[in-house]
Amino acid sequence: MTQSPRAKRSGLTLAGRQAVWAYVFLLVPLLFFLIVRIYPAFESLRLSFLDYRSPLTVNPFIGLENFQEMTQDATLHRALLNTLLYAVIGVPAQLVLGLGIAMLLQGINKFKGIYRAIYFAPYVTPIVASAWVWQWLLNKNFGPVNALLEQVGIPAQPFLGSPDQALVSAAALVIWQQLGFQIVIFLAGLEGIPRVYYEAASLDGVTAWTRFRYITLPLLNATIVFSVVIATNGFLQLFAQVANLNPTDQGGPLDSTLTVALYIYRMAFQSSKMGYAAAITVLLFAIILLFTVFQLRVLRRRVEY
Amino acid sequence: MRKRFIVAIASLTAALAVAAAQNQKTQVVYWQYQFDSKVNLVNELITEFNKANPDIEVKQETFPYDSYIAKVKSSLGAGQGPDVANLFYGWLPDWVGSNLLQPLPASFPAKQLEERVGSLVKASKINGQYYAVPTAVRVLAVFYNKDLFKAAGVTTLPKTWAEMEATAKKIQKVDGNKVSVAGWAVQPEGQDHHLFREVLSRQWGGKPYTTDFKKIAYNSAPGLEAFKWYTGLIERGAATRGLDLFPGSGNAYRDSFISGRAGMIVDGSFAISAIRNGAKFNWGVFELPVREAGGLRANFGSYWVHGLTPNAKGAKLEASTKWLKFLTSDDVQRRWLKAVGELPANTALATAPELRKDPIYGPFIASIPFARATFFVDEAGQRKALSDALNSVWLIKTDPAKALESAANGEQKLLTDFFKR
Repeated sequence: MTQSPRAKRSGLTLAGRQAVWAYVFLLVPLLFFLIVRIYPAFESLRLSFLDYRSPLTVNPFIGLENFQEMTQDATLHRALLNTLLYAVIGVPAQLVLGLGIAMLLQGINKFKGIYRAIYFAPYVTPIVASAWVWQWLLNKNFGPVNALLEQVGIPAQPFLGSPDQALVSAAALVIWQQLGFQIVIFLAGLEGIPRVYYEAASLDGVTAWTRFRYITLPLLNATIVFSVVIATNGFLQLFAQVANLNPTDQGGPLDSTLTVALYIYRMAFQSSKMGYAAAITVLLFAIILLFTVFQLRVLRRRVEY
Repeated sequence: MRKRFIVAIASLTAALAVAAAQNQKTQVVYWQYQFDSKVNLVNELITEFNKANPDIEVKQETFPYDSYIAKVKSSLGAGQGPDVANLFYGWLPDWVGSNLLQPLPASFPAKQLEERVGSLVKASKINGQYYAVPTAVRVLAVFYNKDLFKAAGVTTLPKTWAEMEATAKKIQKVDGNKVSVAGWAVQPEGQDHHLFREVLSRQWGGKPYTTDFKKIAYNSAPGLEAFKWYTGLIERGAATRGLDLFPGSGNAYRDSFISGRAGMIVDGSFAISAIRNGAKFNWGVFELPVREAGGLRANFGSYWVHGLTPNAKGAKLEASTKWLKFLTSDDVQRRWLKAVGELPANTALATAPELRKDPIYGPFIASIPFARATFFVDEAGQRKALSDALNSVWLIKTDPAKALESAANGEQKLLTDFFKR
């Protein structure tokens, strides 16, 4: 009986001591979270009220001036609209394709692993490389996509070179690239649905659509909510893909692919308007928060098994 | 056993002593962006310098061009980063305004800089002070593909812009709505926005800015004519956008030239080594054309500079100054030319007879005396204002007058904001 005297000394039960240790171990990630996530978030809130140029200069307090400037900034408005468009185009496309391909993949038995690897490959390919290849595929004068289009009688399209087509072309890259992640999530969700429901349904002789509509979809609700939130956040914070699609004119042509995150970078590091960039960061944070809360509220339903 | 122990202790002590001696060396941290020929040359220079100055240890660190400025700003802000940094002269107003540089020490007198470098250096004088030493000067010229010229039956080099356009039309090959060979690969975000500012706007009878650089002046009748001529090149079948020829590249116009898809490009002397290493055809260089025979010659001159950051203090400042002296010495400038292809900032060196006669360097050097450097307050922002205007004429058919006006308004806002600070 070596433990009881110690327990008496500390005045804690076994469960209590275990809890203390759990908190001690949790402290490390918690501290990390506070220092790396929470502190910078509050710091950027502070910077958004300053005319902040560099850490080495005097940066006067200017109140809400940065926020007032945002109302006049046409390029920012363009970036906000673009970002919204990315999400509106990208999220449904990613979800529908992701779920569709996941259901097809679930149905096959041969070369299961190989197919899954193929669909997941774009997700682990470096963004710079994907963006580069994408540009060549879509090039007007030398790209294979246009060569194909011409075969079927459609004239060569400028795609990324045109302000009208660039955003959709860029969104397509992101959808293709993130699809693998969505498929994996949906596959996991599909595996989680008990087979007995499908067996019961097939005994009743219902159609495939009914099975999908009344079994798969409701029971996948939690997965879908997760996917929507993750995909939306991804599009709202879109940066690297767009920056690499047009390295000399990031966000171009004519700001037609510019995202809010890319504009923040441009303001902070190219134009040295760190305070203004911080103010836009606060705005982006608020937008993402609103979207996420809204989606969790509206989409999440209790599912009774 | 004991013997081994003594040997171990002795060697440990020796190692510690060596480490301590190394610690006594003054460390100088040198930063530039990643550009192979420059990085290799500086590594060579460092080895020599460290050998000649056993009490100093210079260390080079490099970053990709795209993230270079961001790295410098965030590191210096945290009291880390370089003692000596390489930067484009156009970044100086921003860097000085952000306190990323200290004024040059007395061992670099202003008079001497102006004598050696000439009038170009004045674009880097801020509040009557110099904050950096120019190392390499670059001016513009036309690179041309001799094989494509021959194939198109062109035998004389263009002297005027009209001749250049006619030549480009002969070379450009179009198939349906696709271009397989461009006569002239244009790229506003490359060097072409400089071409419009400092060359075309002047040759058409205007000027880019008021003499104090506080006001935009290219939005004038002659400026608009020049703007219309340049933007019309694509519609008239003489030019193609570089990005439509070689996507994914930071220098699409140059890469399309190197890959043989363009007859001509306007580019800086810094492109010489890339083109020399990459082009698998006969190529040459000729001086920028003029508007009419015997007309005004103009060119855009730019340069990279080296400056001392606030990190260089006390013994570090002394050592950094020594390194900066060495790095900007005549001897190093000569080697810079050979290794990188950039012209020496010291005019006396750049205009030496053997260089002037060189068929590649010659056309560049001939332009140095009348080259002008734009005073940039926000290089990226000003570049974008003008290149967006040029692109908008091509991509969304904006009326040239409206496009030029929006460029002028956008750029003027940046100038006004800067001079208000």
